[in-house]
Amino acid sequence: MKIKFNNEYFLSLIAVVLGLIAGSILMLVAKSNPVEGYIYLFQGGTMNIERIGNSLATATPLIFTGLSVAFAFKTGLFNIGAAGQMLIGGLCSTAIGLTFAWPKPILLIVMLLAAMIGGGLWGALPGLLKSKYNVHEVVSTIMMNWIAYWTVYYTIPAYFKGQFLETESRRIPYEASLKVPWLTDLFYGSYINLGLFLAILFVIIIAFILNKTTLGYELKAVGYNRHAAETAGINVNRSIILSMVIAGALAGLAGATFYVGYASNMQIGVLPSHGFDGIAVALLGANSPVGVMVSAIFFGLLHTGKGFMNAMTSIPPEIADTIIATIIYFSATSILIQRNWDKLKKKLGGAK
Amino acid sequence: MILSEDVVDKGGVAMEYVVEMQKIRKEFPGVVACDDITLQLKKGEIHALLGENGAGKSTLMSILFGLYQPDSGSISLGGKKVNISNPNIANDLGIGMVHQHFKLVHNFTVTENIILGIEPTRGLMVDTDSAAKRIKELSEKYKLNVNPHAKIYDISVGMQQRVEILKMLYRSADILIFDEPTSVLTPQEVQELMKIMGNLITEGKSIILITHKLKEIKAIADRCTVIRRGKHIGTVDVASTSGEELAEMMVGRKVSFKVDKNKMESGEVILSLENLSVRNIHGVLGLKNFSLDICWGEILGIAGVDGNGQSEIVESLLGLKKVESGRILFRGMDITNLPIRERINKGLSHIPEDRHRDGLILDYTLEENMILMVYYQEPLSRNGLINWDKVHQYGEKIINDFDVRAGQGSSSLARSLSGGNQQKAIVGREIDRDPDLLIAVQPTRGLDVGAIEYIHKRLVEQRNRGKAVLLISLELDEILDISDRIACINNGELVDIVNADETNENEVGLMMAGIKRGATA
Amino acid sequence: MLSVILLIFPYAIAFTIPLLITSLGGLFSERSGVVNIGLEGLMVIGMFTGAIVISQLEFIYPGTAIWIGLLAAFIAGAAFSLLHAFACITLNANQVISGIAINMMAGALTTFLARNITGSGNIQIVHGMARQNINLLSDIPILGKLFFTTSYSTTWLVLSILLISWFVLYRTAFGLRLRACGEHPHAADSAGINVYVMRYIAVMISGAFAGLGGAIVIVTYSGEFNGTAAGLGFLALASLIFGQWKPLGILAATLFFGFASTVANVSQVIPLLAIIPGILLKTFPYVFTLIALVLFSKSSQAPKAAGEPYDKGKR
Repeated sequence: MKIKFNNEYFLSLIAVVLGLIAGSILMLVAKSNPVEGYIYLFQGGTMNIERIGNSLATATPLIFTGLSVAFAFKTGLFNIGAAGQMLIGGLCSTAIGLTFAWPKPILLIVMLLAAMIGGGLWGALPGLLKSKYNVHEVVSTIMMNWIAYWTVYYTIPAYFKGQFLETESRRIPYEASLKVPWLTDLFYGSYINLGLFLAILFVIIIAFILNKTTLGYELKAVGYNRHAAETAGINVNRSIILSMVIAGALAGLAGATFYVGYASNMQIGVLPSHGFDGIAVALLGANSPVGVMVSAIFFGLLHTGKGFMNAMTSIPPEIADTIIATIIYFSATSILIQRNWDKLKKKLGGAK
Repeated sequence: MILSEDVVDKGGVAMEYVVEMQKIRKEFPGVVACDDITLQLKKGEIHALLGENGAGKSTLMSILFGLYQPDSGSISLGGKKVNISNPNIANDLGIGMVHQHFKLVHNFTVTENIILGIEPTRGLMVDTDSAAKRIKELSEKYKLNVNPHAKIYDISVGMQQRVEILKMLYRSADILIFDEPTSVLTPQEVQELMKIMGNLITEGKSIILITHKLKEIKAIADRCTVIRRGKHIGTVDVASTSGEELAEMMVGRKVSFKVDKNKMESGEVILSLENLSVRNIHGVLGLKNFSLDICWGEILGIAGVDGNGQSEIVESLLGLKKVESGRILFRGMDITNLPIRERINKGLSHIPEDRHRDGLILDYTLEENMILMVYYQEPLSRNGLINWDKVHQYGEKIINDFDVRAGQGSSSLARSLSGGNQQKAIVGREIDRDPDLLIAVQPTRGLDVGAIEYIHKRLVEQRNRGKAVLLISLELDEILDISDRIACINNGELVDIVNADETNENEVGLMMAGIKRGATA
Repeated sequence: MLSVILLIFPYAIAFTIPLLITSLGGLFSERSGVVNIGLEGLMVIGMFTGAIVISQLEFIYPGTAIWIGLLAAFIAGAAFSLLHAFACITLNANQVISGIAINMMAGALTTFLARNITGSGNIQIVHGMARQNINLLSDIPILGKLFFTTSYSTTWLVLSILLISWFVLYRTAFGLRLRACGEHPHAADSAGINVYVMRYIAVMISGAFAGLGGAIVIVTYSGEFNGTAAGLGFLALASLIFGQWKPLGILAATLFFGFASTVANVSQVIPLLAIIPGILLKTFPYVFTLIALVLFSKSSQAPKAAGEPYDKGKR
């Protein structure tokens, strides 16, 4: 088991390196010095406490979408719908946050539960369609993304319209935000919020479920080989739906930590990039909860630093997205690295 | 036993072999598939290539057909050296192959399948009409009885095989390779195939027959080359070699065919299938009004050609498929609509036909696989939490009791085990739970003789202890060897049930084709 | 009622055509056995290439610049799709993940390059394609007004590609072999067909068509590259499944989406449609697709081997 882990993490590392190399080529295209570019990029994310806070805060929703995709993947499903589940989760918590004036702890708990339920239900439908009708979850989750998009597009202006702009919701009050004074002060006013602790908590919870519980055992069994699982008496339909509900709930929490944690209102007309970035995070993290956390923080760093880099050089901030996309591509094709690595090992082994 | 001889025709004049494969060597990662094998085919002969599963026969023929390249060695056709780098070249040289697993596109017509790759064209368009005409002519010439316009998913397995034969004839092949052609046919269809092969020889073709079935070799082959573990053991004249000698060459030691079995008094009925009707994957009834009783302390074998209702029996028994009508009574209880897990808990156990698909989760470790049916029970888990120490002990016990060889014990990944050990692990898992009824479907498929003997022994042990075993197998020999009673199924219906020691292969073969005992064929 | 249809018809067609050509590209790819989720990204590549080329050339070569741009987009799409082909066919990578990587790379790369060029990241073209009446045919009553007046040339280009695709797929040897690769690659292999080459060609066709589709969006109704294809690539994928992998089915599916989208967009200005809540109109195509997927699930005509990497070794 141990050796297998090392191998997968190693491949992820190589993918990162290759992505960074691709990024440096682009930096040259932008007539900039790559070394300088990367220094500013990483400085931008770590230079001071406030920036570290921002990196962590940016990473927080990514941890959740990464967990969502990784969990679904481990149980045999492609959750491309994290963006839509995130929107619905965010919508539910924003709606509760703007409607009820309860004391902060209670309000937050209800909002988080609402996000989990909203996201969970949004994931349940593709799960149901897959288990009952064998509708491929890639297409169904993509459809759900757009249905969520338009739902938010019409619901926010209809019920929660912002004071100044038609395209955003009202700001949530202090009681409804995951930001807390002592944390914000600790990090000198960054976006950091309680979502971070929630994310770490869920990394532990998901790792526990996958490795120590009968539920995790069942879901993984179905994910690896649904026929053998079914023959052994495991309820495959229930497992598929449950996997998608859990994945959806996790993405729903991403929505909560983003829209009522990092931000303080919702914009309409935007499909959150965390949905697809979550796929990158999961892939890079080898679909393991801890790996997801590390990848998410790395990506958080990239996103936080790109603005600084753009200010100090003329490199467009989209380079962060390009690097991330290239990393996924190399992760997906990591078998090439693996093959060459095996060849190399054989040569060295034969020489002995 | 006569080894390779100089080829001499009837007039005493030396002539070339139509195919000669000299010292062919082929390695795959971790295994030497062909270890300096030599094969010589005379014109107009049926030459059998005999060996166990995995001995290297298919690999050798795939090399002849251009699907693989040999690492060393040479191939000569009619005395001239050739380099067969892809199937197109093999086709051009007149070599054709009927594969064991048909390579037919299910939603193309017969014609489209046959012309794929060498389509006749009129301008830019494919000329299907003239091709269909030619195919009809060939079909009539060799008495193959094939409809050029039928879609593959509509025609029978036997006809599909004849389409594969037509593929070769359409390409004017003179050297025809048949890879395990009879595994999907009834004994009667096998007779028809033998006749067709005779026709082909009369028309001047030469045939290589890959098989592990001694009876067929004795029936039709002129000479036989035996391969064991990639090595060429010898080439013999079939007429002057006995079946036992061939078996000994194939396996490397004396083989006994019968399992020691005392006569047992079987007891009460343990399982009753009453008027069971079940649909198959195409939506029509695969099992029709089927009734069968199995008793404690017996091994009941179901004989039949693949696809005649066996899968429907297994699936409805296990709970994988709904029943259209009828009942299943197990130990007196009606389990017709019971969920799978509850049936397992009541004492049902299953060795699946496809161990990779239904038996094991290859990416799980052995111990994770051993607990597949019982992981939620104490002491393996409690309150939803798994006790991995106990699981490890459970796994180790099974692999020790059932002689499963695995690199890292029960922590090995299931994928890393050999087929034989994977199957022994499954058998161990199912028998260790001490089931009242064990359903064994093709339990020894693809295994070497040692593993086969072991599994047969354990099955008979179950029965000796008073438990029941339902054995479903496509290998008639297996059924005849270890069953107490044999039920024959054809087209979803029960044809007849006989006692194993009161029947023989011919009789069972007829029943498999639907002809009851005593009736005239 | 008729006037409503006449009014929205050209807009519906304009929306349908890029969708149709992209979906046709997806058809070739999937029929050969390679799932291409990256159609969205490939459209973006086409949009970018088309916008750049046309905006640079439109004052130097008025008129022809548009066609040069379309050709450039066609080629760029084919080239970019090689990334997907290489990953899936040669490296046996997971086809869904590779497709998603393509989408992300295309979006990020094009925005990055666009920003470098224009600062804002948007590229506009001044002169799009002109609508024309087709002589003689436009005089036919009703049908003439509907089909042959104020139509884009690209519409006719795409429809001819549709017909040619149908012919190639079902009547030529190439089409037969392509379909064999998607249904039973082992059968194709032993018939002497090079499955890898066929799949490469098919993926490149899908890239070229999707690139062309993106560029058509720019020259017909959009006029501006802004970094995204707004889900059109995914809609093309849905059309492919909806159309059950048949060219005529795809035509029907994309027409459906074209009309549904247009109706949703113009509903505010047409009294008849203004009563339907916007949210229903906008989500209708997606909900309908879900329903269609359920209805088609039993009889799905998906190519049998689509999505699985071809492994010569397995028997």
